[in-house]
Amino acid sequence: MSEHVLRIENLTVSLPSWADRPHAVNGVSLEVMRKEILCVVGESGSGKSVMAKSILRLLPEPHVRVTGGRVLYEGQDLLALPADGIRSVRGGRIAMIFQEPMVALNPLMPVGRQTDEIIEVHTRLRPAERRKRIVEVFGDVRLPEPERILSSYPHELSGGQRQRVMIAMALVLEPALIIADEPTTALDVTTQAQILKLLRELQARHGTAIMFITHDFGVVAEIAERVAVMREGALVEHGRAEDILLRPQHPYTRALIAAVPSLVPRHVLREGETQQTKRNLLTISDLEKTYAARGGAFSMTRERVRAVAGVNLAVPKGRSLALVGESGSGKSTLARCIVGLERPDRGAILLEGTDIAGLSRTRMRPYRKALQMVFQDPFASLNPRWRVGDIIAQGPIVNGTPQKTALGEARELLQLVGLEPKAADRYPHEFSGGQRQRIGIARALAVKPKLIIADEPVSALDVSVQKQVLDLLDDLRTTFDLSMLFITHDLRVAAHVCEEIAVMKDGAIVEQGSTADIFARPQHDYTKALLASVPGRDWQSKCPAR
Amino acid sequence: MQGFWHRFLRNPRVALGLLWLGFIVTLAAGASIIAPVSPFAIVAKPFAPPLGEFLFGTDSLGRDQVAGLVHGARTSMLIAIIATLAAVAFGTLVGAIAGFYGGFVDDALMRITEFFQTIPSFIFAIVLVAILAPSGTSLVIAIATVSWPPIARVVRGEVLTVKSREFVQAAVVAGQRDLAILLGQVLPNTLSPLIVTGSLLVANAILIESALSFLGLGAPNLMSWGFQIGAGRAFLRDAWWLVTVPGVVILVTVLSINLVGEGLNDALNPRLRDL
Repeated sequence: MSEHVLRIENLTVSLPSWADRPHAVNGVSLEVMRKEILCVVGESGSGKSVMAKSILRLLPEPHVRVTGGRVLYEGQDLLALPADGIRSVRGGRIAMIFQEPMVALNPLMPVGRQTDEIIEVHTRLRPAERRKRIVEVFGDVRLPEPERILSSYPHELSGGQRQRVMIAMALVLEPALIIADEPTTALDVTTQAQILKLLRELQARHGTAIMFITHDFGVVAEIAERVAVMREGALVEHGRAEDILLRPQHPYTRALIAAVPSLVPRHVLREGETQQTKRNLLTISDLEKTYAARGGAFSMTRERVRAVAGVNLAVPKGRSLALVGESGSGKSTLARCIVGLERPDRGAILLEGTDIAGLSRTRMRPYRKALQMVFQDPFASLNPRWRVGDIIAQGPIVNGTPQKTALGEARELLQLVGLEPKAADRYPHEFSGGQRQRIGIARALAVKPKLIIADEPVSALDVSVQKQVLDLLDDLRTTFDLSMLFITHDLRVAAHVCEEIAVMKDGAIVEQGSTADIFARPQHDYTKALLASVPGRDWQSKCPAR
Repeated sequence: MQGFWHRFLRNPRVALGLLWLGFIVTLAAGASIIAPVSPFAIVAKPFAPPLGEFLFGTDSLGRDQVAGLVHGARTSMLIAIIATLAAVAFGTLVGAIAGFYGGFVDDALMRITEFFQTIPSFIFAIVLVAILAPSGTSLVIAIATVSWPPIARVVRGEVLTVKSREFVQAAVVAGQRDLAILLGQVLPNTLSPLIVTGSLLVANAILIESALSFLGLGAPNLMSWGFQIGAGRAFLRDAWWLVTVPGVVILVTVLSINLVGEGLNDALNPRLRDL
């Protein structure tokens, strides 16, 4: 156990002059032991990915480059190797798995051929032997029908299968170390759970060391044997997984762990306060939306995608309803139908008794004030050329509030969401992701809506910021007597802010009820699978920190 | 924006280009002071060699070459800039409407744009000037007519990407009207590629204008660089400077505009060049 595979000594990576800090990685020393899974955890900008990339010299040089330290593998410094020396290490002795398998795989080449290339470059095996090895490793990563997958193109596989192919490519030469850079972040929770399980199994069977980069403490709890926590390019704390997860020493680690929302629902409906006791603000019945996927110019058949297939849903007044589902379940399309960004094909959306489904832009305008939306990406949702004050005041001005009043109110709103009033005179790029999301929330509140539809409002944010934004939304809900439809893929987030939950799959609601009920007694198989897939469930229940 | 000016002006190629363009614009602006005599006036005997009484000599009719160049700068720059502005305005309008509304409108407008793009632009310009009768205005119309399609395509592409950004959806949800969204939210965010394409278009306009004037299709009462080359063409062996000097001036001016345009591109999208 004491023997190490990789030893990083005092690694320093410099950033170009226009970056906000001089070093991406600053004096990090770390060891990866033989046959262990080391998790490197950190928020965005902590330098964890840059550190991983510099091991195999994959940095975008010359702007981002290593300026100090050594990376020792089998006694030789990888940073000092000549170009063909490092090439034989890459893929052969140290392999890498990337975050987004769709981008990491060549879309024009069958996945079998892509895997074959690795063996071809590194060994002298004959084609038949190579093929045998590929089939073997595809079977190893539990790809169904390896022979068929071999000649499939990446787009013919599901996200989980693509990531399995990536893992197979990493494993094919039995490397001593696999560096996995957020390999499950782009996947759905249920797929993520399967991939994590697979990695653990493979690691046990092959004895490969894995350096696993992630931002998610749940994932760490599932997979790690040792943990290293990074912050702003420096190593904050490292040690055995149990120690770090259950008895974190450094205040930063403690704060990070405390920021992971609990799976225990916070808002519990009181006795007798069932769904019927409150009037519904929004009632959706039999809503359908079908997209005609555009076939090729010569294809006779037109594929149709039923994004929303007969949804019935009610948002009670003053409550917060979580709409949970995996990617492609149609939850975002549903939200876009409600706010009128998309026209449903069939069904009704009753807002306090008035049907607003499929209204034209002009006829929808009077109802806009009641429905507002908080968007997912805080970097795309604010116009970079407008001042923050103007962005917030835009809604009221359109609705006839005099400009001066609206701008004054915008300043008050900024204060309410925890920013300084003088932020109104600045431009969006001067703010961080979390601050921008606060601005987005202020914009939604500016027209005094009755219902806020939040489409994954925290999924682009770091954990610590995530919690603050969630708490803010929760506070504002009581202050403004808002109802909320909260779209998320993350059950922890749902448990943190919503007293009711609806689970969506393939365009339909499979289960709806109070969060506490559904978490305690899930009825539908899919809900059960979702709950079982939340990473780090067991860890949180025994974590004394909460 | 400070970063932009810093990146832009510190680029040596931009500095060189701006220096030359500044020189040409000063000449053009002060043409009637620098060369008070009409450029068509006969001032000396024909074919006076350069660096004598006149800096660049005289042409076949005894007209001062320097006066011609200075007044030519005014003509070329004015026509090129006005034509480019017209092309940018029209191209932006077409591209913005096509990109913003999509569907049938987009199809119709883009087919028209492609129709204009498929006609060889210079021959089209010749035909237009021939129909409209040579004059400053018809030059502007001809150059603008053949130059707008690329602008329309650039703007359409940018509008398509900006339109799908969430802040535009936020404006829709806020209840803003289409025109306000297009003018206030979408178009300002398409400016940087538009500025770059537009600046490079000026160089192209100068080339078309010179070529038309060379063929005798320029404005009859306006001196221009292309006209000077056309007039001196027959005497290339006897008086090389008649063709060479205006030719070099056109070359350096077009090169300068290209350098500045590239510099604009680098300064507006620093990441593209660096990473």
